[in-house]
Amino acid sequence: MNALVLPIALPLFTAAVLLLAPSRPLLQRWISFAGACVLAIAAVLVFVRVERDGILVLQLGGWPAPFGITLVADVLSAMLVVATAVVGLAVTLSSFSGVDPRREGFGYHGLIHVLLMGVSGAFLTGDLFNLYVWFEVMLVASFVLMALHRTRAQLEAAFKYVALNLIASSLFLTTLGLLYGGTGALNMAELATILPARENTAYETILAMLFLTAFGIKAAMFPLFFWLPASYHTPPAAVGAIFAGLLTKVGVYSMIRVFTLLFPGDPAMLYTLLLAQAGCTMIVGLVGALAQQDFRRILSFNLVGHLGYTTVGVALGTSAAMAGSIFYILHHIAAITNLYLISGIFLRLRHTTSLPELGSIFRERPLVAILAAIPVFSLAGVPPLSGFIGKLALVRGAFGAGAWWTGGIILAVSLLTLLSMARLWSESFWKTAPHEDKSRLPGVILLPIAFLSAITVAMTVAAGPLYQLAMKTSDQLLNPALYIDAVLKGGPQP
Amino acid sequence: MTTTTSLILRTGARVLMPLLLLFGVFLLLRGHNAPGGGFAGGLVVAAAYILHFFAFGLDAARRALLTRPERLIGSGLLLAVGSGILPVLFGRPFLTSLWFDPASGIGTPMLFDLGVFLVVIGVVLIMAFTLAEE
Repeated sequence: MNALVLPIALPLFTAAVLLLAPSRPLLQRWISFAGACVLAIAAVLVFVRVERDGILVLQLGGWPAPFGITLVADVLSAMLVVATAVVGLAVTLSSFSGVDPRREGFGYHGLIHVLLMGVSGAFLTGDLFNLYVWFEVMLVASFVLMALHRTRAQLEAAFKYVALNLIASSLFLTTLGLLYGGTGALNMAELATILPARENTAYETILAMLFLTAFGIKAAMFPLFFWLPASYHTPPAAVGAIFAGLLTKVGVYSMIRVFTLLFPGDPAMLYTLLLAQAGCTMIVGLVGALAQQDFRRILSFNLVGHLGYTTVGVALGTSAAMAGSIFYILHHIAAITNLYLISGIFLRLRHTTSLPELGSIFRERPLVAILAAIPVFSLAGVPPLSGFIGKLALVRGAFGAGAWWTGGIILAVSLLTLLSMARLWSESFWKTAPHEDKSRLPGVILLPIAFLSAITVAMTVAAGPLYQLAMKTSDQLLNPALYIDAVLKGGPQP
Repeated sequence: MTTTTSLILRTGARVLMPLLLLFGVFLLLRGHNAPGGGFAGGLVVAAAYILHFFAFGLDAARRALLTRPERLIGSGLLLAVGSGILPVLFGRPFLTSLWFDPASGIGTPMLFDLGVFLVVIGVVLIMAFTLAEE
């Protein structure tokens, strides 16, 4: 099933073409955008085939499963690859409204595609060591993207980001060594036949805790999240958007994938801890957001807080809660990417995202305000937008699983989110700005924002089918035998 | 820069450069069944250009490379992806090794290795040249 390799090979191909093409900005932007379009088509193709034929498997190089590297796409992977392509489209589209020339000269467009390749690779791989490699691809590209501009604030942020992520990577690698030493396997499907069948000893618990820590740093979960608000507000809006939309989600995805396959249901300590972490992440993130005075810092803290929502599902392990989390991940990718892109409008108009300096958008640029209202209120969870539906599904899932505390926290944190988004809205769009702004806004800056807002609206309108899809995904995740059979026994090959 | 480097270095570099380049290609070809390969070969070739730069200056080294290092990376990546795509055209899984003649070692793995070779040269030289400019 060679189509599976397309979401990885296409961005690499685009990056190579970008390196070879003349470095004229407009040409580079068009190549980059065209590459993203082709990637989106390929992602949808993979998704449609997964929907139709079930789990797709590609044994790279023709080496059969536990020996070679396997690419696997179940509904979750395919859905997230489509989301990756959508974010890629929006971000490459946003480069038409202007990229800093120094950044563009240093291969900005190529790096975006390398990042997209890393993210798609992480979503598609069926091998844990390969997952580590994709993490590295992603991180190297993101390190460079973050530090390219070389202002003082960006270098400081990049340092924190690099240091913390390197610690997470080395922890992950150590865990893999321990895992391979103890089981002799790295293929996730094979591990799923070995580890759950064993009696639970200290070895399994240690592995689970190490995975939890390594992925916890990547996914910016409490108490390991502090690198994210310290760094995500410094790069340009488009880079912030792709980071916020995708990178932490890869951490969350890895948790879902590894925990459902390797540690289904036990050690119980893992799930208790994860649930507590999710709760703390939500509370700390949103309380932190209320204390901030900067548009992008508020977004960073909101991002952290909402990552709690996305892990409640795997922590509770029931079908409904998992479906709620998956729905929430999809909604959140579209909304948060959009909000970071919107912060680019403020940077363009006011050269700052500090809240006291902003305002007057609603009166002077109603179109911008209307487009921005969709992600702001969707994230806030105002009915009927997709954020509300996601939270509703999660709360129902939590109460259904008897997790009253978690359900209560989700409800309370929803209120805090509403408060934080209402403040963001009134300060940055509604109130009268302290200074007039005379700068013109290029219309093209609104295209990616309109695109993502349309996606959010589409998710709201098509919430029924999307939730069905999330249910199907969670059933697939909670029944690892499907995944194992597809990888090891050939499964339903087209 | 040329005036500041010693005669010994310049003469030595002139002799060593072709040897290093040949050795790099030798490592690349040898990598099929023995230690070596694109990565090691690429490093040796990049080292040859860095030596050239030490002896004759940055401009001379850039001229000797005949192309920009970015292009080496780009074409190397294309070669590597291409070597993976080639078996797909024959209906085999991505990255399957296809041999023109297994005994001679000519086949898609060699193409892949050649890609790695070019990428390594490009990456190392971009780093070295950029540091030299600072």
